[in-house]
Amino acid sequence: MTDISLNVRTAPRGGWFDPIFRFACLAAATTLLAALAGVVVSLAVGGWPALHRFGLQFFTTTTWNPVTEVYGAAGPIVGTLVTSALALAFALPIALGVSIFLVEFCPRVLAQPIAIAVELLAGIPSIVYGMWGLFVLAPFFALHVQVPLMMNLQEGSIWEKLLSGVPNGANIFTASLILAIMILPYMAAVFRELLLTVPPQVREAAYGIGCTPFEVVGSVSLPYVRTGAVGVVMLGLGRALGETMAVTFIIGNAHGLPKSLFDSGATLASTIANEFTEATGAMHTAALTALGLVLFVITFGVLAIARALLASQQTY
Amino acid sequence: MLFDRRTRRTAANMIFVATCSIATLIALAALGMIMASLLQQGLGGLNADIFTRSTPAPGSQGGLLNAIVGSLLMCALAMVIAVVVGLLAGTWLAEFGGDTPYGHVVRFLNDVLLSAPSILVGLFVYELIVRPLHGFSGFAGAVALALIAAPIVTRTTEDILRLQPNALREAGVALGAARWITIRTIIWRGAGAGLLTGGLLAFARISGETAPLLFTALNNQFFSLNMGKPIASLPVVIFQFALSAYDDWRRLAWAGALLIALAVLFVNIVGRIFAARGTVRP
Repeated sequence: MTDISLNVRTAPRGGWFDPIFRFACLAAATTLLAALAGVVVSLAVGGWPALHRFGLQFFTTTTWNPVTEVYGAAGPIVGTLVTSALALAFALPIALGVSIFLVEFCPRVLAQPIAIAVELLAGIPSIVYGMWGLFVLAPFFALHVQVPLMMNLQEGSIWEKLLSGVPNGANIFTASLILAIMILPYMAAVFRELLLTVPPQVREAAYGIGCTPFEVVGSVSLPYVRTGAVGVVMLGLGRALGETMAVTFIIGNAHGLPKSLFDSGATLASTIANEFTEATGAMHTAALTALGLVLFVITFGVLAIARALLASQQTY
Repeated sequence: MLFDRRTRRTAANMIFVATCSIATLIALAALGMIMASLLQQGLGGLNADIFTRSTPAPGSQGGLLNAIVGSLLMCALAMVIAVVVGLLAGTWLAEFGGDTPYGHVVRFLNDVLLSAPSILVGLFVYELIVRPLHGFSGFAGAVALALIAAPIVTRTTEDILRLQPNALREAGVALGAARWITIRTIIWRGAGAGLLTGGLLAFARISGETAPLLFTALNNQFFSLNMGKPIASLPVVIFQFALSAYDDWRRLAWAGALLIALAVLFVNIVGRIFAARGTVRP
């Protein structure tokens, strides 16, 4: 009897739609895949004429001249790497300090509001940071840092060389500062989440044998999250590398290798943002697209490492 | 000796606590300064004209109406595309193929797309839509924004659907419901608050994006609802006006920046409230 009742069991109503639904979901997932592939392919195809014509010289020369149609990307590449590295150097210690303070020392009443504020600030559009950099930071920096330094530095010293430049506040250094302020809330928020994953038992055990908070953080918490922490650093670096608007406002947009910290420069993203709509010819557009390809390759590498490290942290 | 080491440890700890506190103060001061000058410069420019008149020629009166409307139009269309693609893709990752090799590839590349520089998305859409169609358009801008929002929606959708207990899926199957009906009426509904939060966060993110719009939607000095033509957007207008030499344009840029920052904060806070409510529900 049970056999019969099994046989007459009707298929679920609407079951015919199941394969279609499943296929739609798969198609959507594939769309995302295709989008990324499209980004790579379009950058490669669009940038090919420039890469083909200039070859390796594209990466090693600094001439960027739309009139004679000679393009070398060394300036923006170096500008991107230098500003991102500096921004990371500024932001990393502060972000670590903020997150450790919030997790370990901050009174509970304050910790939650500060944490939420930090996370909200991570969402503020970069153009807002850029405007602040252009109108507030740059003039202040020129007047109160660059000018006094220029007056007081010894002629011919290494510092004079390192800190020379037009005192208008639009330079590699201020661009790095703005980048640092931008990635700071983001890195602090993710670091905090990471530190919260340290099991309380482990920390309490350390406190139990008489460790000071410094020793608990230094010998227990940080080692516990170290893989993930490197991942966060890479994510922050990825943001800094690809950041466009904030940098475009304040870096000064000069091609060629920056000669000093206070010299104006350009990054890959800022060059594209500045020149793409006004590109003078096909080769100019191609060269800018090739810059995009370089930027993609750099950020993809950094992001891939970051994701791999963060993923291995989660499986602990 | 023992005393010495103890003093040393206490001293090291005090220095450490002080360093962390100072770092927090520096960070809060920097961010506080930005907010302060934003309010100080932006509040003066906020008036009724901002919402009722279009961007002016230098030296004349005007507002940001065309930019606000353009931004809303493009963000709305982008969100429609992103929600459809992201919801389905996230569902596929959580419910169907997330553990297959292909699923791992999709998840990884989605994460890459999530944090890829937004200006590259703009370049892609330029090659994909603007160049073949020989013209900048609001539609191209919306597609670029959608490509930025979709990975966010996908990610949050997958994360939230995976939090839904398997008992719910089994209950649906036990009632004899088809799989898609189970997902639609039980899983999606149960995850509703979380999905809404993901959508709001994506919306907040794209509403401030400038770089992908620079060479897709371009800009338009006049009021326009035509998505087939270049259209103004708040971030691009801010960019253009801030770099200009005219004081009244700069004032408008500050007002626009304040407007956008407030809108993004507001949407983020609403998203958080929904998220908090969602965790209370079983």
